[in-house]
Amino acid sequence: MPDATGLELIGKELGAAVLDKSFFRERATLDVDPAAIRAVLEHLRGKGFEFLASVHGVDYYPHEPRLGVIYELLDMRSVDRITVRARVPTDAAELDSVTPDGEHGAGWPTANHQEREVYDMFGVVFRGHPDPRRILMPEDYEGHPQRRDFPVGGEPVLFTRDEAQWLERRE
Amino acid sequence: MSTPPGVSDYRRGEQGIELSPPLAQLTGRGDDGREELLTINFGPHHPATHGVLRLLVRLEGEIVRELKPIIGYVHTGIEKTAEDKSYWKVIPVVERMDYLSYYFNAMAYCGAVETLAQVEVPPRAQYLRVIHLELNRIASHLIWLGTSILDLGATSIFLYCLRERELVLDLFEMSSGQRMHTRYFQVGGVIEDIPTGFAKKLREFIDVMPKRADEYGAILNANEIVLQRLRGTCPLDAERALALGVTGPLLRAAGNPWDLRKAAPYSSYDHFDFKIPVGTVGDNYDRYACRLAEIYESVKIIEQALEGLPEGPHITSDRKVALPPRHELATSMEALIHHFKLVTEGFRVPEGEAYYPIESPRGELGCFVRSDGSAKPARVHMRDPSFVNLQALSPMVEGSYIADMIATVAMLDPILGGIDR
Repeated sequence: MPDATGLELIGKELGAAVLDKSFFRERATLDVDPAAIRAVLEHLRGKGFEFLASVHGVDYYPHEPRLGVIYELLDMRSVDRITVRARVPTDAAELDSVTPDGEHGAGWPTANHQEREVYDMFGVVFRGHPDPRRILMPEDYEGHPQRRDFPVGGEPVLFTRDEAQWLERRE
Repeated sequence: MSTPPGVSDYRRGEQGIELSPPLAQLTGRGDDGREELLTINFGPHHPATHGVLRLLVRLEGEIVRELKPIIGYVHTGIEKTAEDKSYWKVIPVVERMDYLSYYFNAMAYCGAVETLAQVEVPPRAQYLRVIHLELNRIASHLIWLGTSILDLGATSIFLYCLRERELVLDLFEMSSGQRMHTRYFQVGGVIEDIPTGFAKKLREFIDVMPKRADEYGAILNANEIVLQRLRGTCPLDAERALALGVTGPLLRAAGNPWDLRKAAPYSSYDHFDFKIPVGTVGDNYDRYACRLAEIYESVKIIEQALEGLPEGPHITSDRKVALPPRHELATSMEALIHHFKLVTEGFRVPEGEAYYPIESPRGELGCFVRSDGSAKPARVHMRDPSFVNLQALSPMVEGSYIADMIATVAMLDPILGGIDR
């Protein structure tokens, strides 16, 4: 992990794109402007953080902006990790996809499945994603089940009865 | 748009798949119109997909031109379930994600919670964890070897592999009472010390396993059919693999020696002397050879961990996160209170986020845990290596024979429980 000083330096280089910096339990996190997410990741790639290890979605309910997309970057040469977090509100849950190649250079094809999962579970739309569909839930599913206000239970269990009957009952 | 009764959007989407598009659309060759590609549905219930993986494959004759994996058939909402349980009760549900490497799931999750709660794990517990992790890696690789060679048409090696896996499961049963999904790892250590006789049985296993692995090598490395099916088929170079986020034996087969046990040691892995097997070209043979060689290295780690097993407690003495020993309950009021608090509410974890990556048999398994200060995690997310590595399947197999696709799915070693969670 970059230490607290290293994080300050990286934050300074990125300028206005960085909204906040935190250093917690040896883990450096940059809170960035959602509009600048590709530019930030590209800059960090230039600093050696080339490998996008993971993309997580988080719902910060009841805090606003509610939804967070977290990018775990890894520098394999100096074995260093940094976390980039972009937060978007539920009514404008949109982010630039980092999967395709774009104006900021090559993309991160590894984010393809992971962004689809974040969309599926949290409803964050990734602009420019090559295949913006649900991935784990059925394609006709309504709602985004990992949001904190999505109830546990109470929904009809799929495939337990004839589909036609199920649709009729729902209408 | 009105939906005719009984036909869902999903069903219409399925019916809308073009089953025989003109060849020229994808390849730019062929006399448009008469020559066409054949779209076949492969799975989700197919013995060669290692679970309920569905592949939509477009074929030109016998050659795969396009491949799309469709997943989600065993999605059980484990991450959602975890948010509704206190921290220590999440362990059994996360263990069921990647059902062949349950110790790794538990390790990643416990590691993330320990980071957040700043719990010190005693050295003996770290060594016991390493022993069980490596045993689990061997068991997982044995299932992989058996089933994937079964896909290539050889039956006997499957039976041999399951015979050895049985020895590992017997050891798990000795230490924890369970053969699978053992719930042995706890936040702060392991639930119980190993019983008498475990070390003796483990030594017998350490003696026998390399010999058995030699036998597998002797059977397979001289088998002309296996070699022809694996050598030079469906390679993926290291650079492309990294862009796709591929880690683990698949990346090492391409010649990149990235292994978190060496690069960023956790749980005392830096105390042990072992090597990282790497391949050269990243074809199916290298993937096979890397995993087979890893079995030997795992045995070496287990041997060293057993020899150097330090004395001391097997779980942290922090009573706020770990249950007090049973005998204390009869004599100590504090122990009784701690026991009651832990079993009813669980323990509270300071607010914050942690990401804890470890090297699972399939690559980087990272567990992300967010705590909101309560006794239940606000978010548990597994970066499952199978889920990410699956994206590499299509670049690997495009342009090769459908028979090689079967071998490549096997060598990819996807575990659908981990992919779908």
